[in-house]
Amino acid sequence: MMKNTLKYISILCLSVLAWPLAAQAPVPAPAQSQPIAIVGATAHLGTGQAIENSLIAFENGKITVVAPFSGQDISKYKVIQAQGKHVYPGFIAPDTNLGLIEIGQTPATQDYAEIGDINPNVRALIAYNTDSQVTPTVRGMGVLIAQIVPSSGVLSGQSSVVQLDAWNWEDAAYLADDGVHVSFPNRQRFSFATFGLDDNPQYDEQIKSLKDFLSDAKSYCGNKSAGKEINLKLEAMCGLFDGSKRFFVHANSAQDMTQAILMAKEYGMKLVIVGGADAWMMTEQLKTNNVAVILGSTQALPGRIDDDVDLPFKAPRLLHEAGVTYCLGHEGYWQYRNLSFQAGQAVGFGLPYEEAVAAITLNTAKILGIADRAGSLEVGKDAILFVSDGDALDSRSDMVTHAFIQGREIDLNNKQKVLYEKFKEKYARMKK
Amino acid sequence: MITLIQLTMRVLMRLSLAVLYLGLTVSMLKAQETYPVNGVQDEREGLYAFTNATLFTKYNQKIEKATLLIRDGKIEAAGANVTVPSYAIVYDLKGKYVYPAFIDLYSSYGTPEIRRDAAGGGRGFNRTQQFETDKPGAYAWNKALKPEFRAYENFTVSAKDAKGERDLGFGAVLTHQMDGICRGTSAVVLLGEEKEHEMIVSEEVAQHFSFNKGTSRQSYPTSLMGAIALLRQTYYDGQWYKNQHEEVNLSLEAWNKNLGLKQVFEVRDWQEALRAAKIGKEFGVTYIIKGDGDEYQRLDEVKATGSSFIIPVNFPDAFDVEDPFAAQSVTLAQMKHWELAPTNAGRLAKAGVNFALTADGLRRPADFYGNVRKAIAQGLTEEQALRALTETPAKMAGVEAELGSLEKGKLANFFITSGPVFDEKSQIYHVWVKGKPFILKDIDAPDLAGQYTLTVGSTAYKLNVTGTPEKPDMKIVVSDTSSITVKQTMKNGALTLSFEPEKGKGLVRLSGTGEKGKWSGRGQDPSGAWLDWNAVRQGDAAPANADKAPGERRGRPQGGGEKKEEGAMAKVTYPFIAFGRETLPQAGTYLIKNGTVWTNEADGILQNADVLIRDGKIAQVGKNLSAAGATVIDATGKHITSGVIDEHSHIAASRGINEGAQASSAEVRIGDVINTEDINIYRQLAGGVTASQILHGSANPIGGQSGLIKLRWGYAPEKMKIEGADGFIKFALGENVKQSSFDASTRYPRTRMGVEQVFDDMFTRAEEYAALKKSGKSYRRDLELDALQEVVESKRFVTCHSYQQGEINMMMKVAEKHHFHVNTFTHILEGYKVADKMAKHGAGGSTFSDWWAYKFEVIEAIPYNGALMNAQGVTVAFNSDDAEMARRLNQEAGKAVIFGGVPEEEAWKFVTLNPAKLLHLDKRMGSLKPGKDADVVIWSDNPLSVYAKAEKTFVDGIKFFDREEDAQMQKEVASERNRLIQKMLAAKQGGEGTQAPRGRRFNTEYTCDDLDDEISEN
Repeated sequence: MMKNTLKYISILCLSVLAWPLAAQAPVPAPAQSQPIAIVGATAHLGTGQAIENSLIAFENGKITVVAPFSGQDISKYKVIQAQGKHVYPGFIAPDTNLGLIEIGQTPATQDYAEIGDINPNVRALIAYNTDSQVTPTVRGMGVLIAQIVPSSGVLSGQSSVVQLDAWNWEDAAYLADDGVHVSFPNRQRFSFATFGLDDNPQYDEQIKSLKDFLSDAKSYCGNKSAGKEINLKLEAMCGLFDGSKRFFVHANSAQDMTQAILMAKEYGMKLVIVGGADAWMMTEQLKTNNVAVILGSTQALPGRIDDDVDLPFKAPRLLHEAGVTYCLGHEGYWQYRNLSFQAGQAVGFGLPYEEAVAAITLNTAKILGIADRAGSLEVGKDAILFVSDGDALDSRSDMVTHAFIQGREIDLNNKQKVLYEKFKEKYARMKK
Repeated sequence: MITLIQLTMRVLMRLSLAVLYLGLTVSMLKAQETYPVNGVQDEREGLYAFTNATLFTKYNQKIEKATLLIRDGKIEAAGANVTVPSYAIVYDLKGKYVYPAFIDLYSSYGTPEIRRDAAGGGRGFNRTQQFETDKPGAYAWNKALKPEFRAYENFTVSAKDAKGERDLGFGAVLTHQMDGICRGTSAVVLLGEEKEHEMIVSEEVAQHFSFNKGTSRQSYPTSLMGAIALLRQTYYDGQWYKNQHEEVNLSLEAWNKNLGLKQVFEVRDWQEALRAAKIGKEFGVTYIIKGDGDEYQRLDEVKATGSSFIIPVNFPDAFDVEDPFAAQSVTLAQMKHWELAPTNAGRLAKAGVNFALTADGLRRPADFYGNVRKAIAQGLTEEQALRALTETPAKMAGVEAELGSLEKGKLANFFITSGPVFDEKSQIYHVWVKGKPFILKDIDAPDLAGQYTLTVGSTAYKLNVTGTPEKPDMKIVVSDTSSITVKQTMKNGALTLSFEPEKGKGLVRLSGTGEKGKWSGRGQDPSGAWLDWNAVRQGDAAPANADKAPGERRGRPQGGGEKKEEGAMAKVTYPFIAFGRETLPQAGTYLIKNGTVWTNEADGILQNADVLIRDGKIAQVGKNLSAAGATVIDATGKHITSGVIDEHSHIAASRGINEGAQASSAEVRIGDVINTEDINIYRQLAGGVTASQILHGSANPIGGQSGLIKLRWGYAPEKMKIEGADGFIKFALGENVKQSSFDASTRYPRTRMGVEQVFDDMFTRAEEYAALKKSGKSYRRDLELDALQEVVESKRFVTCHSYQQGEINMMMKVAEKHHFHVNTFTHILEGYKVADKMAKHGAGGSTFSDWWAYKFEVIEAIPYNGALMNAQGVTVAFNSDDAEMARRLNQEAGKAVIFGGVPEEEAWKFVTLNPAKLLHLDKRMGSLKPGKDADVVIWSDNPLSVYAKAEKTFVDGIKFFDREEDAQMQKEVASERNRLIQKMLAAKQGGEGTQAPRGRRFNTEYTCDDLDDEISEN
């Protein structure tokens, strides 16, 4: 209880200092000006490994030291004493519309769903709002990188990976236009007639028209003779066929995933399944075809009445044990501040702790194609990491105290903390 | 030997018959008296004798070599010793069977086709709002109420429609128009083709109900609970109408008149049967219930309704489960029901439930006999089946004097079969309706089966005839392996044959007559030359290879399902869905030892302590406890708490969580629609939840009354409710009630200004209503105002959905103006801004730990809300409003530690003791205190942790969830699914019809905002 009270006080002090600035989203942090060392923390590397009593140092935005702390000379560093604390690579939110929406049910603030079925050319990146009031609340829980994703129609558009402390979308871009997202046709779908799952009568037609488009795109991309008429939609697909972009298929049922795998194979595309509720039942197929999975929330209901009640909690462990390349996603935008608990939930059901960390850091980085720069505490990578008072995966102890993006120490204040302080002030005055 | 007495009796009988006959003639003439005759009168006596039959005069009275004598549409005599007048037209029915024609109590035969209103409809936010009926005239305010509709006034004979059921042996139906919640009255009509005047047997038999709005496009009701409330209100309105002089209401007039009839209620499942029965109980009505065929799933409760039932035999087809992935969408419950549906009638009979069978709901009428045979194979006796199709429906419809058996004076409604009616080889020859025959098959068709020598000109052939008299199968045997097919037709005694003696060389065509194995005539050979032929029977036919399945009736094979079942059968579990149990778990004595005990009492958190559960209560909490006979559970390293209580839940409710058509729906009650078959009950037990307030949604300012339940998985709906709990009601403010996401809405209110007025107005009306009641003057009982009167008199307590501080403040002020207080604000995401005012008002706050940004009115929501309200002395709970979150509310409580630093022990109360207080249940629940209900959870870890798993969950000392048992049940679910899948595959291979795999009755997880119309036809 004592510890909690201390936490309470320290947060309070931090917040009060930042309060006057926070009517807006916080000011992006300046570039790293001096080497920083975090000393004594348990470092969760994101690789499946951890170092107790570690020394993590970074300079000019890059990680320079990842080692057990054994009395090394740290005189040149600005030191963060973190004994008893934890260091994690910045968590990565895949498949989110963070920054593409500010307020639900308020269409004027929403920019993730373009009209029409075939929109591979639309780009989430340019709609990404760096000034969102939501983003600071998410990064305050350790999420420092996000893949922002459009969602509508069949071919929804292109996502981008952004870092969450920027002046504008150009600054934010960490990997621009990383892939094309498909809301895959569903073999079975909800029917109002039976109030249940029923055959989708248009399924075959939907699959065919998707394949027709892919065929046209592949033909277009394979024939780039001079003077050819430009087609933006087909043009946007070319990266899928040369391997520079990923084919993100949003699908949950085994039937739909099977179709997606066939399709990706036929057209030679790098497939990532997003959702993947049934992935646990087709692990061999996923492995054989080298398909990665961004799992949906673990904190979800099982898809079927007869399912093991804990199935979504167990799904990451099942994929991990089967050797499938996977990472953990969640849902929505503001909800992503609970990303770490999606991993924690899986730990409760048998996923090794460090693997759970990997599932929201390095695994995600690999699947999104940014593992050369982010996702783990490894020398040479961007210093995207944070310090937490407690276990960041646990709902009773997560508490980020310092967070760095490319070595820049970001402001952890947010609108919600400001409101907290504002109304604490109200009640404090009433006591006077 | 005929005794003198018998002789005398016969004379007397003839005399009385003569009298009857006169009367009958008169009445028949009367029916046509008003019709002029164009030509010469042609009335006929219609005297027929059916002799040598095996006659079922009643379902249980079989007479061999009997005679049935009918005259002028009525039965004159039936039995073994009937004297046949010499001038009667005689049918010799040697070897044939005669049965009373069946009666179907569930039909819309002859009523006008139901036409949907063209305009309106839609779902969710796309719906069109229609507040009042658009039916012209002085009728009910709600279009789904049609007590004034009388089937007999709208009845027209339809030869085409009559034939369908009549061909199955039905001679009469109880018909009504199947449209609406109150559907008006039904008539018993015959399935003959005479004038309507003669086909109506009984004009007004019953008033009919359903929980389905039908073609009405009026918005209200949108939910099952709304339909229930509408019916209850109408009963009260009927009572009021009798003693008032203010208005004429043709619907209520009809309603009151119809109350003297029988009352029939159509339901969709056994839970609805109980709901209908409960309405009936309130108004002294015992409904005849038209069930869904799943009554076996809760036999005890179904029987306890005291109702008679009309039971369909529309058993589901097997699912086509060949695709293992697609098969997954079919639930265990659906598969079990496929296997067990045919056992329903037998189980009902065994339990002593009175029921009639109906052909209603059969996709293919031809399946009727096959399915009845399935029921017979599964425990129904043939006698019971026959009774449920004859005497029982006749009695239930009050027409046993005319129909249901073949006794003197009753209508000549019967049918003739080739063998016992439920025998799969039997054929129906004739169906007689009111003395008029309808011929399905020629009763005199000779049986040609046998081996013949066929001589055509000078050539002799070996002719083998198999098949049935109606459909003989003829082949000329050339050798053991080859034969020539002979085509034949038999019409009015003349037989024609044709065949091709040599392939491609032309046909021989023959025509002739004959009998008893000798046939002869003339014909032409392929060259056109005329020649004589004859065929002489030599003996029995050689069995044909590849004979058709004997189960064939009207062309469609019936699979093996009619056979006596062998091997394992699915078990009826409680609930019927996956993870149900064959027997309900009972309370035990448990000593949980050596855990970390979160008492939620002054003792705080005890280390290495024990909890003793006995007789459903917490008996002791402390160290080193012992108890003789207790089951000891070692909880070393584990945490023991009282159960999680969800103040805001929408699970376990059937067909709609909002009755959102009007600004106030205080009359509806979630308690009327508790759904025991919701898997989320079990899932939440696995998350340590033991009690929930099932709240109405937030579609309107004044919602409906809450259902407070304990998660007694498997117990009947009424037994899930918390006994003696205070009544609660849902209110709501803000964007949902303004219908902000529904641009086209015309429902008042559209602003927060209007929201205040709705409350002020309704509370004012409630106060006036209360005053009127007290004055002793007569008044119209209004269920909506009854509930609101309770609110203003502080006898019913408010849980109010709310977000912004302004509206929260407003609600408290309106309540204070009307002298009550708001018990709980739920959601209350800006409660932190007015926590001081809430504390002063005495309102609690049941909120989300961290939700925000999902709509405009929550952009200032903060996760510190709980901590701030708590600090101001508001009783704070964290709730779910979400079937997923509810199963980890323990973690949500943890977030009060992260956001705002609430001490763990205090945070834990946010999901246990505090919601208990808000629900006025803290005397019984919410802490581990001796004497309180033994709602106890054993956790693997600190319960606030994301890693904590509920390992065992007890409600009232009954262990409803156990992680080890769960692992076992998962295996059982898997193996039972597999067994049923294999059986369905076999059924498909055996030629049974199948249906596409589809998850019927998808589990619906409701949230506050769900607005679908759940009781519309489409």
